[in-house]
Amino acid sequence: MAIEVIKPGLATSVQDAGRPGYYNIGIPLSGALDQYALRVANLLVGNEEGAAALEASLLAPELLFRAPAIIAVTGAEATPKINGGARPRNESFAVRADDRLTFDFMKAGARAYIAVAGGIDVPVRLGSRSTYGLGALGGFSGRKIAVGDVLPVGAAKGGARAGRALASDLVPSYPKSLELRVVPGLYFGRLTDEAVKTFFEDTWTVAPEADRIGYRYRKGRAMSFRERKQPFGAGSDPSNIVDSGYPYGSVQVPGGLEPIILHRDAVSGGGYAIIGTVISADMDRIAQMQPNNLARFVQVDMDAALKARAEYKNRDARLRSALAG
Amino acid sequence: MSGIRYSFGADEHISAEIGEEMSLEAFFKGMAICKELEKRRIGGVTEICPSNASYLVRFDPDVIHPDKMMATLKEIEAQVGDADLELATRIVELPVLYNDPWTNETGQRFRDRHQDSNSSDIEYSARINGYKSVEDFIAAHSGAPWFVPMVGFVAGLPWLYQIVERSKQIEAPKYLRPRTDTPKLTIGHGGCFSAIYSVRGAGGYQMFGITPAPIYDPEQKLPYFKDFLAVFRPGDIVKFKSILRAEYDRIIQAVDAGTFNLTFRPVTFSLKSFHTDPAGCARHLVEALHGY
Repeated sequence: MAIEVIKPGLATSVQDAGRPGYYNIGIPLSGALDQYALRVANLLVGNEEGAAALEASLLAPELLFRAPAIIAVTGAEATPKINGGARPRNESFAVRADDRLTFDFMKAGARAYIAVAGGIDVPVRLGSRSTYGLGALGGFSGRKIAVGDVLPVGAAKGGARAGRALASDLVPSYPKSLELRVVPGLYFGRLTDEAVKTFFEDTWTVAPEADRIGYRYRKGRAMSFRERKQPFGAGSDPSNIVDSGYPYGSVQVPGGLEPIILHRDAVSGGGYAIIGTVISADMDRIAQMQPNNLARFVQVDMDAALKARAEYKNRDARLRSALAG
Repeated sequence: MSGIRYSFGADEHISAEIGEEMSLEAFFKGMAICKELEKRRIGGVTEICPSNASYLVRFDPDVIHPDKMMATLKEIEAQVGDADLELATRIVELPVLYNDPWTNETGQRFRDRHQDSNSSDIEYSARINGYKSVEDFIAAHSGAPWFVPMVGFVAGLPWLYQIVERSKQIEAPKYLRPRTDTPKLTIGHGGCFSAIYSVRGAGGYQMFGITPAPIYDPEQKLPYFKDFLAVFRPGDIVKFKSILRAEYDRIIQAVDAGTFNLTFRPVTFSLKSFHTDPAGCARHLVEALHGY
């Protein structure tokens, strides 16, 4: 079984649950930016929840199935079509040999996931099939998919069937304006009081430079860092520190201008002060933000972060029991 | 050095700043803590990343509570203390064609983003560091060996910190605005750090030369990639060797033929011996390269 790429879409790549353990040599986690949507797609088609699927960004691909398969489409609100006929999102359905999958534009959300029973069967590299583009590692030939690629699909397990649907209370919504919760970090205190105030007060707009590495936000007021004599080895700008490791979800503001939140293909370190980190429960929501969507940053503490994480895990548990077997 | 500053990176990370400024002491302490943490194989810890004067840990808070994780790191800090730190590591010699045509051409293309439009990166850096000539500057850069305090930014990219007294550290500003292109395997320098660009891409460091030896290869073609796709690990020591164009071309041919190899030699670095006799310490490291 294989899938032929007719049109690749804007940036479609093979992603799974990710590749932890190599961040210390600069190889980031990678994997689906919206991990919940990946799990839903895989469980609907009877795969392991972290199996490799296709992640489409903003403009979805056009694909040709060379053999019958069970597939499911989740994530961004973009209607899938088989040979021009609409199919449901968040529900598994069957495709036949030579069927063509296309999509309407993404009305809300920025990333759609296409899971196929059996999973995308590219080679496992360092424990994962995920694509890490900057390092040309994993996925299909270490890159996003291109016209003419033929993507191998693994053997489906017995449980794959059409017509499995996700209960509506487990379907997330993708608002065009949302709040992202931030725990202040190591260099939060380097910001002036005024900068702290405007960072949390202003409404920030997702810039066109928003990809798997990180999301850039703009249209908030410029932020100042406290004056100091820069330490030896740090750069000359007050937003610089001696280069250090960047957490996933960490927020940096180069030159005090535009906050950048690093995501799963993060650059692993650098010389910009980390002012805070977005909580783990909100990382999927960042993945679904389109350019020009709006965000406000909300300051939270560890207790709130852990509570949100517990709610996120609780939804996962309900998902698994709903789609078990 | 005052105490380590710790901070949660939301619910999955802890960042620890050993010192605000770069120093071998801070790097050493971070390495010692990271090594001990690794040795303990604590459930839920997924990433341990030493960096220049700090380190980063990622963990699963459902397996180990953030407060417990934090307490563990502080306990390790106390255990490591300010003991006379030694590091058993390895050293490798890396050939470099300094002042090469490719980085000079790239530098010319982005001259409007540089501090000095009338000199090349290496001429500018030699001058602001007080060297009489580019040759003297190359002799300094390729003289004493360099520590790799951190690997990252992108896959396999080593940061490098030279094992000399602070007064002899080479310092250079980053480009005024970053370039959108840097040749693969460029030797760059920004602040007090050199770096080797493991892949082609954007960059803001001054460009001094290029090495013919690949340091990251997802296809793992050369013998030294047999076990892993990236050459460098935090704690490694690198000695640059200035080569001429003919030697560069010869190595490129060997790389293309799949026969080029790098040899790592075991070596022990002692912070105390560095403080007592920096030049002797550097000499001892370089001798290890030749198997003495």
